[in-house]
Amino acid sequence: MGWHLIRFSTILVYLFMFLPVAVVVLLSFNANQFGSFPITGFSFRWFIELAENEAIIRAFKTSLLLGFLTAIISTTLGVLASLALVRYKVPGSNFISTLLIAPILVPEVVLAVALLLFLNFLSVHKSFFMLLMGHVIFTLPFVVLVVQARLMGIRRDVEEAAMSLGATPIQTFFQITLPLLAPAVFAGMLFAFTISFDDITGTLFWKPGGVETVPTQIFAMLRNSISPEINALGSVMIFFTVGVPLLGAAIARRIANKQSQ
Amino acid sequence: MSAVKLENIVKKFGDFTAVHPMSLDLPEGSFVTFLGPSGCGKTTTLRMIAGLLDPTDGGIYVGDRQINDVPIHKRNLGIVFQNYALFPHKTVADNVAFGLKHRNVPKEERERRVREALELVQLPHLANSYPKQLSGGQQQRIALARAIVVEPDVLLLDEPLSALDANLREDMRVELKRIQEQIGITTIFVTHDQSEALAMSDILVVMSNGRVEQVGDPKDIYTNPQSRFVADFLGTSNILEATVAEENGVAGVKTDAVGFVPLSSAQMDKLVGAANSYLVMRAEKIELLAADAPADDRLTFTGKVEAVDYQGQLVRYFVEVNGEKFQVLNMLGTDGAMKEGQTVSVRFKSEDCVAVGEDA
Ligand SMILES: Nc1ncnc2c1ncn2[C@@H]1O[C@H](COP(=O)(O)OP(=O)(O)OP(=O)(O)O)[C@@H](O)[C@H]1O
Ligand SMILES: [Mg+2]
Repeated sequence: MGWHLIRFSTILVYLFMFLPVAVVVLLSFNANQFGSFPITGFSFRWFIELAENEAIIRAFKTSLLLGFLTAIISTTLGVLASLALVRYKVPGSNFISTLLIAPILVPEVVLAVALLLFLNFLSVHKSFFMLLMGHVIFTLPFVVLVVQARLMGIRRDVEEAAMSLGATPIQTFFQITLPLLAPAVFAGMLFAFTISFDDITGTLFWKPGGVETVPTQIFAMLRNSISPEINALGSVMIFFTVGVPLLGAAIARRIANKQSQ
Repeated sequence: MSAVKLENIVKKFGDFTAVHPMSLDLPEGSFVTFLGPSGCGKTTTLRMIAGLLDPTDGGIYVGDRQINDVPIHKRNLGIVFQNYALFPHKTVADNVAFGLKHRNVPKEERERRVREALELVQLPHLANSYPKQLSGGQQQRIALARAIVVEPDVLLLDEPLSALDANLREDMRVELKRIQEQIGITTIFVTHDQSEALAMSDILVVMSNGRVEQVGDPKDIYTNPQSRFVADFLGTSNILEATVAEENGVAGVKTDAVGFVPLSSAQMDKLVGAANSYLVMRAEKIELLAADAPADDRLTFTGKVEAVDYQGQLVRYFVEVNGEKFQVLNMLGTDGAMKEGQTVSVRFKSEDCVAVGEDA
């Protein structure tokens, strides 16, 4: 009896979470000119209109570029920071570690306002670069956590063996440490990309005038009217934020498998 | 292949001195073992030679070259680690080829040398496997092949056999010694297993508390320990407090349990200037006989067996003689072992006894 109740309520919770998503995807293929039920026919109409909407295309390009750069910078910094924290005796490494993880713990809106005020205080104008830095700050913890965990699992004596065989520390990093770290680096990169790609809170505060990312564009469009294009855009977003990590996980698993055959 | 010389090397970790000034001369081609209890500084010393730790003071020489300031990747040493440390993402062949690549050995020669190294460790058929697919013993052989294929000046091994199970460990020990003799490389081997150390080394270095206790031929060290620590650490010994004495013009020591024991002048010299003197009797040099056994020319005492501990062919007895407990290791006789509580005749030769002195 108790189990039935639990099962039933679990199903309800999942329905509550995923039904809206399913509805959005379903409606995005609806031929009806109002983005709502009833479904009058199957069509790619809204996707085509989406592809012809320049504002959305621009937002899409901005989001991709932003996500891509965030992933690259965040991963590079994250790997370097993890190396320093795990492999070298840095004074105050516990404190630095906490500091790097902190952005996860602080509510995003607080972080967003704080960074904005800080930039105002320095009289730095909002720019794409500042937006990028904002995204780097709050994607960095994820990269550091993933990479640090993996790095602790790589035995130091493997690196020492490489050096004893004639590899310089830098060669050792690129030929031994980095390949062993690859699954974590890759996962960190995907995390960073996905988080950046669908972030809205921080982006609303930090984006300079005239620049829109996909989430802020949807937000802006919703203020005018609920167009069926938004459903199509939602479907595309879902495809990206679900598909990219899944693809990434599959690739990461393949790398990891190959290393531990 | 080169001689190794340590000149007063010291290692401090903060206030703690892990290695006190230590000097050693290790001739070319020798198999040297560092033996000592856990925490005595064996690994620390080896890592200083390897270039993985900077000595606080002193000089390290390989051949004529002082290598203190040479970084590890330029030292041309082969290192074998306790946990093998193979590169998990490379095949066995690529693992072995790694050092050759960094020495810019051309591809054909490289492949030939990798093949030869794998043949030397008798695993040529595993060239294309990954480390995870190998057993512990196989991984350790590959680690050895990887270290020696570059023809290092010195081979350093830190407890390379301790992760293997007992049978495999003995096979690997023989194998390692065979390979070392075949290529004649100067080898420094760290272990805390004394049978390993006694069986393998040309030169044994016994360490304790960051100091060298005794250096030399393993057999000499075993039969003639220079300090109480060495006598106690190697084998099973009975160590009795003693005082220098003379009886009928013969020099020797006097003890409570076995009275006066005459000693050679070589042994007596070891006690000159010592604050405390001890008499050392190896457990296997004492024989237990039935109480009524006919007398012979050995020193003879009467004792009582307090405990019997079978160890297969050997039996370990705990025997009380004049209030002192002795450990005795005897082969199991045809008429069985002595019984607990039995009164026995305890016999040993004075020539088998050793004296050690200890400074205050
Ligand atoms: N990085 C370090 N920092 C502080 N103390 C250290 C460090 N490395 C080693 N020590 C200390 O130095 C002493 C010698 O250590 P070492 O590892 O050389 O011992 P060992 O003889 O190899 O022992 P074992 O047989 O257990 O491997 C130990 O007391 C150890 O605690
Ligand atoms: Mg050690």
